[in-house]
Amino acid sequence: MVSASSVEPQALADMQSGPALKVRGYWASVAYRLRYDYLTLFFGGMVILVILSAIFAPLLAPMDPYQSSMINRLKPIGYKDFLLGTDELGRDLLSRLLYGGRISLTMGVLPVVIATLVGGTLGVIAGFVGGKVNMAIMRIMDVFYAFPSILLAVAISGAMGGGIVNGMVSLTLIFIPPLCRVAETATSQVRSLDFVEAARASGAGTFSIISVHILGNVLGPILIYSSSLVSVSILIASGLSFLGLGVTPPEPDWGLMLNTLRQAIYINPVICALPGVAILITSISFNLVSDGLRSAMDVRL
Amino acid sequence: MIENSTSNALVELKDLNVKFVSREATVSAVNNVSLTLKAGEVLCIIGESGSGKSVSMRALMRLLPERRTKITGEISVAGKNVLELQGKELSDLRGGTVSMIFQEPMTALDPVYRVGDQIAEAVCRHEGCDREMGLERALELLELVKVPSAERRLKAYPHELSGGLRQRVMIAMALSCRPKLLLADEPTTALDATVQIQVLILLRKLQREMGMGMIFVTHDLGVAAEIADRVAVMYAGRIVETGTVQEVLGDPRHPYTRGMLASTVHGNMRGKDIEAIPGNPPDLRRLPTGCSFAPRCKDVTASCSEALPPEVFMGGGRMSRCLLASAPPDEPKSMAPAI
Repeated sequence: MVSASSVEPQALADMQSGPALKVRGYWASVAYRLRYDYLTLFFGGMVILVILSAIFAPLLAPMDPYQSSMINRLKPIGYKDFLLGTDELGRDLLSRLLYGGRISLTMGVLPVVIATLVGGTLGVIAGFVGGKVNMAIMRIMDVFYAFPSILLAVAISGAMGGGIVNGMVSLTLIFIPPLCRVAETATSQVRSLDFVEAARASGAGTFSIISVHILGNVLGPILIYSSSLVSVSILIASGLSFLGLGVTPPEPDWGLMLNTLRQAIYINPVICALPGVAILITSISFNLVSDGLRSAMDVRL
Repeated sequence: MIENSTSNALVELKDLNVKFVSREATVSAVNNVSLTLKAGEVLCIIGESGSGKSVSMRALMRLLPERRTKITGEISVAGKNVLELQGKELSDLRGGTVSMIFQEPMTALDPVYRVGDQIAEAVCRHEGCDREMGLERALELLELVKVPSAERRLKAYPHELSGGLRQRVMIAMALSCRPKLLLADEPTTALDATVQIQVLILLRKLQREMGMGMIFVTHDLGVAAEIADRVAVMYAGRIVETGTVQEVLGDPRHPYTRGMLASTVHGNMRGKDIEAIPGNPPDLRRLPTGCSFAPRCKDVTASCSEALPPEVFMGGGRMSRCLLASAPPDEPKSMAPAI
């Protein structure tokens, strides 16, 4: 029989490698794959734009967002100096939208980050250890799952009283169970695969198996899911503000603005829709970017 | 077996029993297995699915889930009592003294890391070096297992490699810390025939060069004939026959071994049906009191199912667990494949 081992290894290497095939680093290949994904690039730009405009709101805002004026109430887009018109108290809408982005984005991102850390950790532990630990953690999560998430958020922040911090706490609490479940499912799938046993057979301890092999395979799905939760979080935060539980007036917040402008919907519908448009653009951008990043970052695709 | 067991044996199993305990039933996967392996020797464990081959191997490295498994007996590897090792000693044994090659190269490599990094990780775990040195060693190892254009393959993900290359990477990983004992759990079963023989030749060569002991699990008699020094045939969790590869495959003394040999394809058989062993292996939850092969045996006698047949030793480490071992019924011996 002719086996490969009888051929000179170097000759074989030359035969198969061909003319210098470039091997890219991980991030270089991610960037390469993103280069022609115009949709992701566009919405990535939007996300950056939204974040930058929130950060630099004090520099960008043409007027004071708290300055009301009785004569200039509910003016249309482009009226005098008001680029996007004015709200029901005559405040400049553009300035309020820019400042509102600061609160809305914080309430969208921060609860998701904390919930990912807490829920992800609990889920990986539950999935990896299994048995009674899994039972205990997952049944507690099921209790939270029994309520619709918005109802739960309303109940928690209603019990603790309004305000931004309490709103964020309740958002964090409602995002922990779904993230924990995603992490648990992904972990228990990975745990039974051969390479985990192979790692153990090569002497890896539990900690290094979890931190290298489990996290390496599980982090992708968890991060994808949590990035899609950012837009949900913005929406629920807006909902809480809308119900008067999150942000309190006169603070500018997209949800709260939507709530207060609602009464003027027959007088100037375009103005009323603007905070909604801001929420829509932000959440669509976050969703599509997380989708695009997922496919660009997965080495198996 | 027991008569020539010496203190310098690399592996010594004595009365190994592995039971899987669950609420419903207790499965006796391995029953009273005793075997020894000298350094530099290749032992092939042959048997059909569920005969306890893989379980014995995993017991050797204590890889079975501790909560649901009961292991009794003695396991010593390179002078260490494996069943009493704790924490650091156990992880030094795994990968350092003993390492394992798995059946499915598709799933035994982590899909999200480059193969070079995976080998480097295994190297660094035991030798405490940094990533650069680990990668250098990984390159050497890939060249050792004859992976073509090794430098480029270092940066490949497992899904970018073919089955044969992946298995070579697995072998490189298993060899990374120069183990004294290599356990190979059907490493060629998932590969196609031409690649199979290449991997076998490579394994045999590396084993000789590095002087490792190797336990090779397979259900393929041809593979066993190719690679083994000694053979142990397992049936229903027991070793039913051992001896050198020539003895066992050339002059089988247990009806199960004879049946297996008869059910392989060999010369002058065109047009004839292959002779299969009738029946199924016994239920490991309720093993029969007598010989567990008796219900399927052609040469069964009345005394077979009364008590478990003793191990019959025939000199030179030859053993068969059959009442008729020393006087087998006349069978045409031409059935054995040429070795």
